[in-house]
Amino acid sequence: MTSTPRAVTIVGASLAGLNAAEALRRDGFEGPITLIGAEDHPPYDRPPLSKQVLAGDWEPDRAALTDAEELQEDEIEARFGLRATGLDLDARELTLHTGETVGFDGLVIATGARCRTMGGTEGLEGVHVLRSLDDCLALRADLEAAPQRVLVVGAGFIGAEVAATARGRGLEVSLVEALPTPLGRVLGDEMGQVCAEVHRDHGVDLRTGVGVDRIEGDRRVERVVLSDGAVIDADVVVVGIGVIPNTEWLDGSGVEVDDGVICDASCLVADRVTAAGDVARWPNQLFGETMRVEHWDNAAAQGAHAARRLLDAGVGPLMPVPWFWSDQYDRKIQLAGRVRPDDEVRVVNGSLDERRFAAIYGRAGKITGVLGFNRPRHVMRYRALIEQGASFDDALAAEF
Amino acid sequence: MRIVVDFDLCESNAVCMQIAPDIFEVRDDDFLYILNETPGEADRVRVEECVQRCPKQAISIAED
Ligand SMILES: Cc1cc2nc3c(=O)[nH]c(=O)nc-3n(C[C@H](O)[C@H](O)[C@H](O)COP(=O)(O)OP(=O)(O)OC[C@H]3O[C@@H](n4cnc5c(N)ncnc54)[C@H](O)[C@@H]3O)c2cc1C
Ligand code: SF4
Repeated sequence: MTSTPRAVTIVGASLAGLNAAEALRRDGFEGPITLIGAEDHPPYDRPPLSKQVLAGDWEPDRAALTDAEELQEDEIEARFGLRATGLDLDARELTLHTGETVGFDGLVIATGARCRTMGGTEGLEGVHVLRSLDDCLALRADLEAAPQRVLVVGAGFIGAEVAATARGRGLEVSLVEALPTPLGRVLGDEMGQVCAEVHRDHGVDLRTGVGVDRIEGDRRVERVVLSDGAVIDADVVVVGIGVIPNTEWLDGSGVEVDDGVICDASCLVADRVTAAGDVARWPNQLFGETMRVEHWDNAAAQGAHAARRLLDAGVGPLMPVPWFWSDQYDRKIQLAGRVRPDDEVRVVNGSLDERRFAAIYGRAGKITGVLGFNRPRHVMRYRALIEQGASFDDALAAEF
Repeated sequence: MRIVVDFDLCESNAVCMQIAPDIFEVRDDDFLYILNETPGEADRVRVEECVQRCPKQAISIAED
């Protein structure tokens, strides 16, 4: 039997967790709200970490999502620097890394994801991942020390942004991607090729279809050996090879985990427990498909949805059209929908040569996605068509 | 309540327009226009949602 919680505890104090807390207050929830987060900082925004903050254009405080005063005003009890290590659903208790146990009534799981790392590089200075503010500041300090060459492993969105920001600082950059085209498995080869050309146009030494064999150096990284035998001297290495959802603390709790916390269509995990953000996997009924989405917009919206679901069993399924942006050089790249690399792709506005265009994706007669290079308005218009389940032909005929 | 948009940050992605089309509009020139800079208290919840959901944190509310 499901009842309405009188108090809500949120584990994970980042975008999804904060949006959960704030949505509860906006909706007039008056019970206690506790926000528990492993990081020492109050919630901050991650996208600027590979863009403005890394570039040195923003000081870190500009990325703050809130501060102690605002949290206090909203009567959100903030407990930072505390990691949950266990969950007992029957006793309705959390265990923290300090050994403390904390009772809860309603619970939102919002522990996000962490970077995948490359084995064998532990302790080697100059090798970075980029997820947290601390990661960003460590990498920024290394970029400011005028390195000879920055090597980025993985040309996904984060890797691409780091490469672009490092080039913007006038540094020499190598970008190594195991796939034949960057983002080929997401955008398909044709559009992946456009991304590749953007990097090359900006003077990045892009190597595709090649892996990293070894990262070498004494105390500090000195060189990277690629699978084709090439050796690249580099004194800063950034590994951007994807993320892993933070679910280990749920082991043995009975919460089902399979590359993310398994939720129902409304984000419910168990009685009075929901999940949101990068950690949550749920069936998105709009697409008839189970997904875990690693985008800003989803974490914000799902955080609010998961919180509301706790209070009101009438809150229905979450069915967004996933959408994200990536800023690289002077391009604003946006993708909405669920595209597959073998979908049909058509440019519907602008041109690939100018790198200003909107392209739509289609499969089985339906529009599945839209990719924009500096075409934000078009992306939103086509996103609405995807939401309506429009046919590919109708989308092709639409004029915006 | 007065709506302030930092146009250096805004990238015209129309997230705000989806929430409050009577207040925000992204036009064919790809710029964001504020249709009603001083909405009434009845709109506060929606405007706050726009502030929250703007991925560029470009919108703020001035109380003057
Ligand atoms: C550098 C970078 C750039 C990005 N740029 C973009 C972009 O341009 N566009 C876009 O759409 N998206 C972007 N993203 C993705 C976006 O930031 C994420 O989707 C979003 O942060 C997910 O929010 P979340 O709250 O679900 O998880 P997270 O932000 O991962 O937060 C989870 C929080 O939970 C904490 N935590 C983990 N385990 C525990 C535990 N056991 N106990 C307590 N706390 C715990 C973590 O320390 C963390 O603070 C970017 C991400 C990064 C890292
Ligand atoms: S949501 Fe923010 S970035 Fe997007 S159009 Fe509105 S103000 Fe601009």
